[in-house]
Amino acid sequence: MMHANESLSHVGPVLRTRGLEKEYGKGAGLVRALDAVELEVASGETVAVMGPSGCGKSTLLHLLGGLERPSGGEVWLAGRRIDQLSEKALARLRRHAIGFVFQAFHLMDELTAAENVELPALLAARSPRAARRRAAELLERVGLSDRARHLPSALSGGERQRVAIARALSNQPLVVLADEPTGNLDSTATLDVLRLLDSLRAAGQTLLIVTHDARIAATADRLISMRDGAFVEETRLTRGTTGQLGELAGLEG
Amino acid sequence: MPEAVGVSMKEQPSQGYQLRVVQEVLLALLAKEASHGYQLRARLQLALGPLAEALNQGQVYVTLTRLEKAGLVSSERVGQADRPDRKVYELTAAGRTRVTEWLEDTSWPKPAPAEFHLKLVAAAAAGLADPVRLVDMQRHALLAGLAAAQRAALAEPAGSLAGLLLEGVVLRQQADLRWLEACARFWNATKGR
Repeated sequence: MMHANESLSHVGPVLRTRGLEKEYGKGAGLVRALDAVELEVASGETVAVMGPSGCGKSTLLHLLGGLERPSGGEVWLAGRRIDQLSEKALARLRRHAIGFVFQAFHLMDELTAAENVELPALLAARSPRAARRRAAELLERVGLSDRARHLPSALSGGERQRVAIARALSNQPLVVLADEPTGNLDSTATLDVLRLLDSLRAAGQTLLIVTHDARIAATADRLISMRDGAFVEETRLTRGTTGQLGELAGLEG
Repeated sequence: MPEAVGVSMKEQPSQGYQLRVVQEVLLALLAKEASHGYQLRARLQLALGPLAEALNQGQVYVTLTRLEKAGLVSSERVGQADRPDRKVYELTAAGRTRVTEWLEDTSWPKPAPAEFHLKLVAAAAAGLADPVRLVDMQRHALLAGLAAAQRAALAEPAGSLAGLLLEGVVLRQQADLRWLEACARFWNATKGR
């Protein structure tokens, strides 16, 4: 099992891949979804991966999170190689060390918002009381304390995604992996999720976000574009200067 | 955008639509093959559609003359049987350097669509650069600007006046980025043809 102190003692990238490859199908139907991907995500860093549908970005996220196994190459999480772990060890790792956020929220419909957020802590064998306390704390953090007893069906899309983010944070994951977190949301709800992701970034949570949404990508520290299963462009996003901002706003220097 | 080498567009007559980048576009089109003025004009018309109607009639010829004076192109007279000679223009080494710099320059042009559009058209025609890669580079440059504007916007308290202005900056950049996505789709689709 991976403990929090184990992650603290680790020096180097939280996530790392070496020559990562994924192929689907055989013979003439063979599709190379990922081709020799080299990635390093530092502790506390937010990385956005953008690219057209089918470029391999979701596949990458699945391999990083141990939801699928690579055809070749390596995946390392906090200094530990994870692509060869047993199914059981992988499942445990996903529960304890990785937070997932999906486009379709994936909340349990018959559980309240609070119960959904408690679930990962309970699965990680925390006491019900500790799980409740943690869930209350996280729902407050995502601004949904007053919705704790609502079922997902009584929540808006944006609220559901914020509950899903709270759930992803339950076990203080080493990394949160988000797949199109605003893909199903209108612009107001997108803005709420955007603010939330930005506050996670500010709080030092390591995040990898796969997205089409330029605004979500622009919250990242680093931006990677994918095409045909490979990284094609990478940019470190800085805070910019007031001069640049002025130019964008039409104030001539 | 680097200043034009010895060629100033400012002294151009102001009749018709002034295409600021016409010199770069002509250079890029010449990178593919030597051409005469009429062919170059036809290519611009194809890329610009109705916008080409407004293009100053003589601008292609005037610009070619200026580019030749600046040493970026050279010309040769070719005789024709039943018509007057025509001038065939060819890119010089200096012209080729200039084109490469222009293609790689990701500073977002002020009249955004026409210049960038022609850059992609010219890059594809000349085979000097992959238009999809140019779109990716430009997209990252724009995203860096969006990131700066958005972080400034997020730092504003709700209901702030400055926040409203920053929202405008963010929305305009999003619109530009959406168009870049359309460019990426188009040029990606032409690859296999």
